[in-house]
Amino acid sequence: MDKAAIIGVGMTKIEANKQRETFADMAWEAVNKALADAGMTIDDIDNVITTSSDFWDGRTISCMAVADASGAADKNTSCVEGDGTFGAFYGYTRALSGSYKTTLVTGHSKGSQCVSSLITNSSFDPIYERGLGMDMITACAMQANAYMDRTGLKPEDMAMVSVKNHGNALKNPVAQLPMKISVDDVMKSEMIADPLRKLDCSPVSDGCCAVIIAHESVATKFKQQPVWIRGLSFCTDHFFFGDRDLARSKSLAEAAKNAYSMAGIKDPKKEIDVVELYDAFTYQELLWLEEMGLAEYGKAADLLKAGHFNMDGPLPVNPSGGLLAGHPVIAAGLYRIAEVVMQLRGDAGAHQVKKAKTGLAHGVNGLCGQSHCVWILDKER
Amino acid sequence: MADVFKGVEPMVYNSKISVPYSWWAGDTASKFFISLRDDQKIIAPRCGTCGKVFMPPRKICPACFTENTEWVDISNEGTVISYSVARRQLESIPVDKKTPVIWGLIKLDGADTALMHYLGEVKPEGVTIGMRVKAVFADSRTGTIRDISHFKPVK
Repeated sequence: MDKAAIIGVGMTKIEANKQRETFADMAWEAVNKALADAGMTIDDIDNVITTSSDFWDGRTISCMAVADASGAADKNTSCVEGDGTFGAFYGYTRALSGSYKTTLVTGHSKGSQCVSSLITNSSFDPIYERGLGMDMITACAMQANAYMDRTGLKPEDMAMVSVKNHGNALKNPVAQLPMKISVDDVMKSEMIADPLRKLDCSPVSDGCCAVIIAHESVATKFKQQPVWIRGLSFCTDHFFFGDRDLARSKSLAEAAKNAYSMAGIKDPKKEIDVVELYDAFTYQELLWLEEMGLAEYGKAADLLKAGHFNMDGPLPVNPSGGLLAGHPVIAAGLYRIAEVVMQLRGDAGAHQVKKAKTGLAHGVNGLCGQSHCVWILDKER
Repeated sequence: MADVFKGVEPMVYNSKISVPYSWWAGDTASKFFISLRDDQKIIAPRCGTCGKVFMPPRKICPACFTENTEWVDISNEGTVISYSVARRQLESIPVDKKTPVIWGLIKLDGADTALMHYLGEVKPEGVTIGMRVKAVFADSRTGTIRDISHFKPVK
């Protein structure tokens, strides 16, 4: 099979409320940063994928409205509604199709402009569920309760994820919520939906991220060191919660297994050097790590407590601060990819981890992790 | 940011998306809702291939990818699989519900998958995974999921 690489990334600062930039303004900034990072001009890009959600954006066919600012004029442009990792997956398949050489992928959203509780409520089934009034936070609280009941995880254990990730964000210039906090601070923050307190939840955020994916034939043509895509997979679980085992994530286990197999990874615990994952809520970091085989089921909290996932630990997880430090929906997974790329190139600056040859980036689509996308990226081809 | 925009007052266009939308329930959900409304009975479709009984009712078995044609009566009682308690009055919560609002995933006896609904007549602290609950029907029923008012603990 042909190979493809990521040869440029660009991120806007993640902020609570970007009053001075529209969707298109954010896209223009991220795209230009990615082009500069790659050493390319917009003329070097032969096709564009934008990733967005019409409900979050408050307009229909929203992806088309950011195309101009993404440099898509007169180019083949296509759209994905969902997390940015899924948009990038599409970009990767285009690179392999033989029809395209350089694909620009963007993902944007502004949570600040709408009411997130109403938007996420709208993802429930309208006939059977929506009128009952659950939203993303109350749904994930349901998953957290199922997971805690199965594993014996305590709220204090989850809180450590918040402490670590907000702390990591202190060194990340694009993070929205860098904070030095304690487990006690998390435990005293407002209870929104048992067992999730305010500091267990990612914030409402605005931001845009862009990545450039190149077919191997042009991956070394530009100035930037390519980061190779070694493994990639996404899998989806049932839509209704009552059809799933909410305490587990079958689709993530499957996606990770497929991605490892494609990358030739036999022992992910040993072979993965850095992870950026979709920690929309504290418990998710632990559950996702376990389902990806990076900790035994129910044991990630013990490793976290021992410092295993710290920036200077054996397996740094979310050295950027993750979603807990900034969660632009849709763009969030693309930020994970961009962060891993920076880590593998040694360009992450103050939040650079020590040894990073192989990295894992992870994105989620759907309530309570219905669908997961797992990327294995590598410094070496 | 170019200097030309320094100090520019941020203008905003405040709006609201309000589009009427009719979600037809379809044959399968309609049959279920009519049974709730007229008979206060919970019925569910069964897959003719694998035999699984689905809540909430749907036409297609997701595992076998075949049409569910047979219907069975299932119990008004079941087991709480998981739950959630809203403490903040989130915007998604219906106006007639005040916090704490408790939702449960309830596996009714006779069904293979769990239904999402309210838990009531119980304090949040009293809810546990594995607890037994029973459907309480609404006095006024109009053929929606809220024809079941809530599920209450079985004493």
